[in-house]
Amino acid sequence: MLVNIWMRGGLYILLAIPVLIGVGLYWKAAPLLQHQSLISLLFSSKWFPMKGEFGFLPFIFSSVYVTILAFILSAPLCLFAAIYLTQFGKQRLLNFMLPVIDILAGIPSVVYGVWGVLVIVPLVADKVAPLFGTTSSGYSLLAGGIVLAVMCIPYMLNMLIEVFHTIPVGMKEASLSLGATHWEMVKHVIIRKGFPGIISAFGLGIAKAFGETIAVLMVVGNTMNITLSPLKSGYPLPALIANNYGEMMSIPDYDSALMFAALLLFVVILIINLFFRYFIHKTEKI
Amino acid sequence: MNRLKLIEEWIFKIISFIAAYSVVLILLYLLIVVFKKGISALSWEIVFSMPEGGYYFGGGGGILNAIVGSFYLSIGATVLAVIIGLPAALFINVQLIRLKRTQNTIRFFLDALWGIPSIVYGAFGFAAMLFLGLNASLLAGIITVALLITPILVRAFDEVLKTIPVELQEASFSLGSTRTETALKVLFKQGFAGFITALLLAFGRGIGDAASVLFTAGFTDNIPVTFDEPVATLPLSIFFQLSSPIEEVRQRAYAAAIVLTVIILIISVSARLLSKRYSKNSIK
Repeated sequence: MLVNIWMRGGLYILLAIPVLIGVGLYWKAAPLLQHQSLISLLFSSKWFPMKGEFGFLPFIFSSVYVTILAFILSAPLCLFAAIYLTQFGKQRLLNFMLPVIDILAGIPSVVYGVWGVLVIVPLVADKVAPLFGTTSSGYSLLAGGIVLAVMCIPYMLNMLIEVFHTIPVGMKEASLSLGATHWEMVKHVIIRKGFPGIISAFGLGIAKAFGETIAVLMVVGNTMNITLSPLKSGYPLPALIANNYGEMMSIPDYDSALMFAALLLFVVILIINLFFRYFIHKTEKI
Repeated sequence: MNRLKLIEEWIFKIISFIAAYSVVLILLYLLIVVFKKGISALSWEIVFSMPEGGYYFGGGGGILNAIVGSFYLSIGATVLAVIIGLPAALFINVQLIRLKRTQNTIRFFLDALWGIPSIVYGAFGFAAMLFLGLNASLLAGIITVALLITPILVRAFDEVLKTIPVELQEASFSLGSTRTETALKVLFKQGFAGFITALLLAFGRGIGDAASVLFTAGFTDNIPVTFDEPVATLPLSIFFQLSSPIEEVRQRAYAAAIVLTVIILIISVSARLLSKRYSKNSIK
């Protein structure tokens, strides 16, 4: 009986976590929402905490920018790598790669950040910027995008391989027996049949990139900028929260603003996650 | 026509070949760089001694405080996660076995919860900490990290429990045991390998996470003795040392990155080995 209550209680606590997070963050962000409308919070670029003006546009812009950059860099790579590993490559290679990918997915983000500082930042400063005839400190949106892309690779690749494994072998064989080449089979059977799964894997990869904190914080430069140049530095939302936790108590409404940023991340990422997980659950059942 | 087809096939095979191997090379390159850079700064002193005065300005000492702190925090969080998560995972698979819809809905929510970034947990942990009147401490850190890793633990364990045949449960019921007995004596025993894997997975995630403990665990040069003292963690120690302008301190950050990577590698490799070893005994 007692164990039964404990089991039930554990589950309820678990299911209450997202509700608690949502309510808790909203409760802390509420004072700010009373002073400023949601529209001006999201679309104003006036960020003067001392005057009580909080416009999140530069931060949202940087977040979206690095996320898109990371997606463009990693998605095609992951898609083709997953196709090779599951369709063209030897079984032995896949058996070797699966645990490696798993282990790499577990490497902490701070280690990816160290790598970014050591490799990507100098690369951007010394090689990429001169190529375009400008100078850059290397701590830039591009560096953030590259580090995020590398972080997303094990995560997305893992999901894509799983997606391709769910496609029935009979279907592939039917296509091949009708005289299709391997690539035609991939194009017309694997990609088409796995399409919802591929989209979901990409979506979840984007969500992960959007919320990543420490690794990006270390390489992105952390200055407010609304610029299209990837060689300039940026200041994504998670970095804003992480950087200012120390001083947020001294300025009124500042802690509200940071909690609002966290709430924003939570809501956006939860919606993306729920949407694409629903996609996956739907396709798994079929 | 036929030739065009073969050329297309050939081009895309090469593209995907390059993609697959460049992924391997990029990730290998990452590990090599981190190890190569830090190995020269790595020494017994760094791993096994406490930071001395002026450590962050190039003074002597090591990062033992952060290593031990990380283990304290992660072990505490894992214990808490097991207390909440283990019964929840069993509950999903025993009590709800006939309610497939509910089961799937719960799994769906937990999966979505898995994707919430740790900075959100960190910010929430901070708000909750103020609400409860706690300071940045080992306890606050443990609670925050536990919130982060419980969904992971439950989902990973659940994935294994799901594969245990229903007949096994039915056999147990037919012998007159209650659902609780079945959960503990049949399901838990059968899924023990999965439990170990889930445990280590959650532990590894807890030890490597920085953003969630940034606000809640504080940072200190000492090893905490009680739950209300602040605690240093390895990822934060790397982060702080790397932002130092002094070259020698940055070198230590690289060394600390090796320590963290090795800990994570040991955890994931042993999770694999243990789960293999224990799963030999269970019924397929």
